[in-house]
Amino acid sequence: MAMYIFKRFWMMLATIFIIATLTFFLMHAVPGSPLEAERTTNETIQANLEKFYKLDQPLHIQYFDYMKSIATFDFGPSIKDPNRTVNELLERGFPISFELGIITILVAVISGILLGTLAALRHNKMIDYAAMAFAVIGISIPNFVLATLLIQQLAVTWGIFPPATWKSPMHMVLPVLALATGPMAIIARLTRSSMLEVLTQDYIKMARAKGIKPIRIVLRHALRNALMPVVTIMGTLLAGILTGTFVIEKIFAIPGMGKYFVDSINNRDYPVIMGTTVFYSAFLIFMLFLVDIVYGLLDPRIKLHKKEGDV
Amino acid sequence: MTQVRDDWFRPLERDGDEKEQVVRPSLSYWKDAWRRLKKNKLAMLGLGFLIFLAVMAIFGPILSPHSVTTQDLPNQNQPPSSTHWFGTDEAGRDVFTRTWYGARISLFVGLMAALIDFTIGIIYGGIAGYKGGRTDTLMMRVVEILYGLPYLLVVILLLVVMGPSLTTIIIALTITGWVGMARIVRGQVLQVKNYEFVTASKSFGANSSRIIRKNLIPNAMGPIIVQMTLTVPSAIFAEAFLSFLGLGIQAPFASWGVMANDALPVIISGDWWRLFFPALFISLTMFAFNVLGDGLQDALDPKMRG
Repeated sequence: MAMYIFKRFWMMLATIFIIATLTFFLMHAVPGSPLEAERTTNETIQANLEKFYKLDQPLHIQYFDYMKSIATFDFGPSIKDPNRTVNELLERGFPISFELGIITILVAVISGILLGTLAALRHNKMIDYAAMAFAVIGISIPNFVLATLLIQQLAVTWGIFPPATWKSPMHMVLPVLALATGPMAIIARLTRSSMLEVLTQDYIKMARAKGIKPIRIVLRHALRNALMPVVTIMGTLLAGILTGTFVIEKIFAIPGMGKYFVDSINNRDYPVIMGTTVFYSAFLIFMLFLVDIVYGLLDPRIKLHKKEGDV
Repeated sequence: MTQVRDDWFRPLERDGDEKEQVVRPSLSYWKDAWRRLKKNKLAMLGLGFLIFLAVMAIFGPILSPHSVTTQDLPNQNQPPSSTHWFGTDEAGRDVFTRTWYGARISLFVGLMAALIDFTIGIIYGGIAGYKGGRTDTLMMRVVEILYGLPYLLVVILLLVVMGPSLTTIIIALTITGWVGMARIVRGQVLQVKNYEFVTASKSFGANSSRIIRKNLIPNAMGPIIVQMTLTVPSAIFAEAFLSFLGLGIQAPFASWGVMANDALPVIISGDWWRLFFPALFISLTMFAFNVLGDGLQDALDPKMRG
């Protein structure tokens, strides 16, 4: 296990390094200087600006500086708003985005597993059909469409929830709902199908024969094994939720990282694009790393070696 | 003790011919899969909708007297009526025409992405799985690293650099998108290549390219086709998502994502048709591809045979 974590850790660093390099060279492949849009006619000002952003240096020096700045976690100033550094934007935006992401994941995982388990236990009954109909619809509606529909119906027409911003729990309901529905539907479907498979296994029959309470069988014996495929796709779901926050934050005017990222794309503010991309990627890759480790810890086959007889 | 009489016994009627018959008509793999798919009503519904969508994407814009780009400013934001069946947008453009034009873009992006992913994935995954050994390890290490890259972030980055257009969207979507396909192809090839008929082919002197083409690919096709049907909706979603971020198709042309994005400012004023039609068709298309993919997954699974 330690060996595995070690190997995955190096893979993670390699991937972050590649994405950082890729980002750097892609941004420098853009024709023209990032300062062109500033339209400074004065050559001295232009030269000073280039010096400020270190654009007057040869490419390899810029590259090493950039790598150093990533290693020391200092992404430099923004071009559109020179009084602000990329770090400030990240510090301000990240906690909000993180909050949105964490709540979304919790809602999606808990309700998805609940729905999937319920559907599996009531296989081919009304609950099953209703849950799966909901799941197919949930997968089919893109999060930005759902977000706008929710605003239109629940905020504008009925006025139950505030339509935008991120201030109180009431403000969080719509964005979280819009972002969580897709992953929840995927988790529900996966939980249902693997639960159905597990419930026909011999050890479940054995547990039943021993007279263990049904609720305990489901929670302790079935669910634990049925959840392995769910953990496997957590990485993909996390990536989806993370990119989903871009549009959700844009639609609901939530001042998170996603909003800065989208603004920086529209403004072609290269330091901010580079900084946020690298930060997002590193964060996502780190989360995937954690998911892999959790998978190793949860896998009952691995645990069997440690503690004989533990169910 | 009762006597055993002869009339207790009589010869059974001969129905030997019937017993000899193969009850199940012999079907090829594809016919069999199609027969099973036809039974799945939801998948057939999805297929029907996609055919309808394809037809409308070709003929829809012709059916309507309005063009995609013509602006008609006096008639902006008109609700659906007999002249504008789906209403008009903020520049007075006909939403009906634009919806079908958007269908063209979405289907084109989805199908092209699936086709390119398929081609690269088959070649790359096929070689890695078939060659095995060090080649496989090396090729899969590359895939592993690419797989770890956050897909949409890379796509966004590429689009910022290359500038948004239909071609660049397809390039950006496929540049990392083929990785998933390559993994599946490799897995399938690894599984199939140990079957006896492959050994038989080899012993007859078939070369690598013949074995890959004639033995491996046809037998590994099921999961690959399923992956393709799932690539299409994810590419359509990605296009809509990128257009929504302003990185997609540029005005005056329309895609569903662009139309949904343009509709954002007016939903407060209750111009529901602006959002409703593109949103409806994105969702229905995703739904259709998803249920079709699910149906194909069951239909193409050899274990489900019989």
